Amino acid sequence: MSVRLVPLLLTLLFLLVGCGRADPPGVRRPQEIGKPVDGDTIVTGSIGEASTLIPLLASDAASHSIAGYIYNGLVKYDKELNLVGDLARSWEVSRDGLVITFHLRRGVKWQDGHEFTSRDVLYTYRVTIDPKTPTSYAEDFKQVKKVEIPDPYTVRVTYDHPFAPALASWGSSVLPAHLLEGKDITLSELARRPVGTGPYRLKEWVAGQKITLEAFEGYFEGRPHLDRVVDRLIPDSATMYMELKAGGIDMMNLTPVQFQRQTMDNSFLARFNKYRYPASSYVYMGYNLRNPLFSDVRVRRALTHAINKEELIQGVLLGMGQTAKGPYKPGSWAWNPNIKEPVYDPAAARKLLAEAGWRETDGDGILRRGGKPFQFTVLTNQGNAERLKTAQIIQQRLRSVGIDMKIRVIEWASFITHFIDNRNFEAVILGWSLGQDPDIFDVWHSSKTGKKELNFIGYKNDEVDRLIVAGRGTFDQLERQRCYRRIQEILAQEQPYTFLYVPDALPTVSARVRGITPAPAGITHDFIKWHVPRNEQKYTQ
Amino acid sequence: MIGGAIVLLLFACSFFAPFLTPYDPSHLDAWHVLLPPSARHWFGTDELGRDVLTRVLYGARVSLKVGFVAVGIAVFIGTAVGLVAGFYGGWRDSLLMRLVDIMLCFPTFFLILAVIAMLEPSIWYIMIIIGLTGWMGVARLVRAEVLTLREREFVLAARGVGASDLRIIVRHILPNALSPVLVTATLGVAGAILTESALSFLGIGVQPPTPSWGNILTAGKEYIEFAWWLSLFPGLAILVTVLAYNLVGEGLRDALDPRLNR
Amino acid sequence: MVPYLLKRIAMLLPLLLGITLITFTVIHLAPGEPVEMQTAMSPKITAETRQRLRAYYGLDRPLHVQYGLWLRRIVRLDFGRSFAPDNRPVMDKIKERIPVTLSLNLIALLLEFGVALPIGILAAVRRNSLLDKGLTLFVFLGFAMPTFWLALLLMYFFGVKLEWLPISGLHSLGSNKLTAGAWFLDLAKHLLLPIGVATFGSLAGLSRYIRSTMLEVIGQDYITTARAKGLSERCVILKHALRNALLPVITLLGFSLPGLIGGSVIFETIFAIPGMGQLFFMGVMARDYPLVMGILVIGAGLTLVGNLLADLCYSLADPRIRHGGG
Repeated sequence: MSVRLVPLLLTLLFLLVGCGRADPPGVRRPQEIGKPVDGDTIVTGSIGEASTLIPLLASDAASHSIAGYIYNGLVKYDKELNLVGDLARSWEVSRDGLVITFHLRRGVKWQDGHEFTSRDVLYTYRVTIDPKTPTSYAEDFKQVKKVEIPDPYTVRVTYDHPFAPALASWGSSVLPAHLLEGKDITLSELARRPVGTGPYRLKEWVAGQKITLEAFEGYFEGRPHLDRVVDRLIPDSATMYMELKAGGIDMMNLTPVQFQRQTMDNSFLARFNKYRYPASSYVYMGYNLRNPLFSDVRVRRALTHAINKEELIQGVLLGMGQTAKGPYKPGSWAWNPNIKEPVYDPAAARKLLAEAGWRETDGDGILRRGGKPFQFTVLTNQGNAERLKTAQIIQQRLRSVGIDMKIRVIEWASFITHFIDNRNFEAVILGWSLGQDPDIFDVWHSSKTGKKELNFIGYKNDEVDRLIVAGRGTFDQLERQRCYRRIQEILAQEQPYTFLYVPDALPTVSARVRGITPAPAGITHDFIKWHVPRNEQKYTQ
Repeated sequence: MIGGAIVLLLFACSFFAPFLTPYDPSHLDAWHVLLPPSARHWFGTDELGRDVLTRVLYGARVSLKVGFVAVGIAVFIGTAVGLVAGFYGGWRDSLLMRLVDIMLCFPTFFLILAVIAMLEPSIWYIMIIIGLTGWMGVARLVRAEVLTLREREFVLAARGVGASDLRIIVRHILPNALSPVLVTATLGVAGAILTESALSFLGIGVQPPTPSWGNILTAGKEYIEFAWWLSLFPGLAILVTVLAYNLVGEGLRDALDPRLNR
Repeated sequence: MVPYLLKRIAMLLPLLLGITLITFTVIHLAPGEPVEMQTAMSPKITAETRQRLRAYYGLDRPLHVQYGLWLRRIVRLDFGRSFAPDNRPVMDKIKERIPVTLSLNLIALLLEFGVALPIGILAAVRRNSLLDKGLTLFVFLGFAMPTFWLALLLMYFFGVKLEWLPISGLHSLGSNKLTAGAWFLDLAKHLLLPIGVATFGSLAGLSRYIRSTMLEVIGQDYITTARAKGLSERCVILKHALRNALLPVITLLGFSLPGLIGGSVIFETIFAIPGMGQLFFMGVMARDYPLVMGILVIGAGLTLVGNLLADLCYSLADPRIRHGGG
């Protein structure tokens, strides 16, 4: 299963793919030695149903996690987070960094038996940058000057200017040209009957119930050991957990409470392995900067002063996470360890708010300016209990400095289309998942504030713009690091987001599944090697 | 009788909530989440460290408010429609009763869901929409009563002395038509409390930080096996309240329905 | 009989019209244009496409014209395409969900009737006895317990603790390879909890109704006469009283359909059953207007059909209508 390289993706619950640097896992037992055998099924659960299995068009985690089994990119991250070949056997980068030549694997077959060639790569590139294609993932490919395919097994990509995330961006899923070329991709039946090159192929999609994938015998890295992957649709989170306990599903991401309080007993630990490592994502509260309420930097700094991040980590994550101070994972090379940001200090918050003209006048405990109370609504997405808890804790802290924050929970698709895309919000609590490359153009560059684009808070800072462009325009890691560290200082100063925390990922997998090797990339990086010893197989033909 | 006593007790609890508990219902404490019941917290604490007893007491206010306002709206509309239809008859009657028939065809919960989700889940919308979808039974009852009442001697007499329609309706018919409504209304309060809890389960009930029995219970459903106190107490509160209202309703029905007392 | 039937069916038309009118109104309460949603789904949609969509939904026309256009399409059962990314015809989506919801609710209805009947009779016959009080408490407990709470408790007890029953869904994995008998058993096991909870929750209304009509009937003169003739109490109750008490119950059954369908949102969400309730809830949350309108109309239409059937049964059972009426 390929790791998704889409640089930044709005995260939902249960995003297992794209895991990051791992600390030693919480609980582990020695792996069995012996030759892995094929067979058995692994059952997972999703709260929402996948919308389309063409990953280019999907914006929900359920679709991406299924598509992750079915497609490959040219490159992928290995378990140590090094870029290695996937559909590409090898590649060369020209001395100036402007030309990448990929040599494709030979003999790779699409799941319908057709041969994979450079034509598929060219098509994928073209359809991604086609303005008629409704996708959020076009930005990186727009930097490409041209793509040439001198022969069926060579792809040569040329850039105008050095583009640091170039190589990583070719990890995007390659789509089958022979099934899509000349057709409208938005109407393609591949959305429900995908054909990829990956280890699993779609066997059956029962709407509203489950998606069944089966091992693709012709997978170029060898057939995966587990015969089948079944993803069941279970809309209620309490039901999902009971299914796990009753053995109805084999793998899920635990909540902090489940991890720490509900699954410590030996009967659970005998049946499941639990893993714990920092997730590659952070949760933040973002302010709509077009709103006069938040245009004053003093107000934003005051908000951060008023929020106790330690309390969030304790209350929401039961301590299983770290505070976030910027858009990078603590410990990664682009991360700046010396950021000075507003610390928790309600008195300082009140002082800053007073400076900005917000005072308590009528004894109701709410600050006012020109008679108008300091009041706003924060939006967060449905189906994420952690974010709702976060909002509630922040609500109380803000109330104590005189700010009245209301909370509204909205379903994902509606959230994106009605509120985010139309800029129809005051503040949001959301998360970003982080790619391995530190480029943050999509989220922070001032050119990305248009409709459907990801800088939806409307952040504009000339210096940040320059640094982002400089950072992606060089291959010199030290130089890049300098750019990103400076960006973090500016963001800490300006507080367009209050960065909240980096949670720990807490997946659990049935103990009968062996061959799981936790690594910096998480646990699913070598999914095709997962296997179940014959005498423990549960689902036999 | 028991039902009535419980209902009174509930009113007392929700009214005197601030005196019964030293805690603030929305005061949270991240370092003391999901504590089991103890001398300090009789009903334990919830997933954000709030005192569950306090929240259940304050939740009573919200849940009862939802029940009463929603039913108030339903009774108001239902009575008005029933009076007009029954008193005037003719095309007004047919039109209004067809409207009742139509409204009765909709799965009420679907209508409520559609409206709440498309507007926003505020407690006011919830009360209003439960009321707007719950008046049909009342309308039918009132109409039936009015049909018999309007031929009775005292109504005919009032008409004979030249009383206006409005006066007849308000002075003579309404008071006599209301007793069956009382039963329906009592049951309606119970129904509205359940509807709110169902909406909360779907995440579009009364929104935090305001506690309602429905949203406390919903928060508790995630921890049903180990933090049983979080779901047990609000669950019991709903159960006992709805039960009490039903018993009161039954009692009223028996007392008001002469036919069964033969 | 036939004229009566025709009359009843003719009366359906204005009701159907009213149903569509209310549905249309409810949906247009929401702020914003329905087409916003669909166009917003694709960022780079052209002005031309947008215009085409507006024209398709007639959004450039006044509201009453829009209603007319919509009505004209739904007469042919064309509810448009879902706004969800799959973009499928609403009717297809509803069609694959209706059988599940309808059959679950019909089973629950039958079961409800089967259980409520003896409870109601017993409670009436032994009026004010301990048994009556016990049964009253029992049926009200079912009504008063929030269904999702009861469902989760039972799920935990029977599914996780005792491991007797599956937790959710309709079938076990690999059930398609089972023999017909085993397949059916598997399905039944999955349905036991959802249907049980639905039935328990709806006993109160019906059983109390049966109790009170029974009480009423028992007080009538002809029952007294029957007793005076020396017929056994059993015979009096079951033959004479019950027959007359059941008539109004038939109508009530027809009317309990919308309540059951409405309740299916909760059951289907908690038990992960792919029915219409779950589809409706997802549609509502995603503001999938064509889907929401489609389900509202069809849900209400089903009730109309249910009521018609109940009326027919009633007229078959009650000689007064069969001979005297219509």
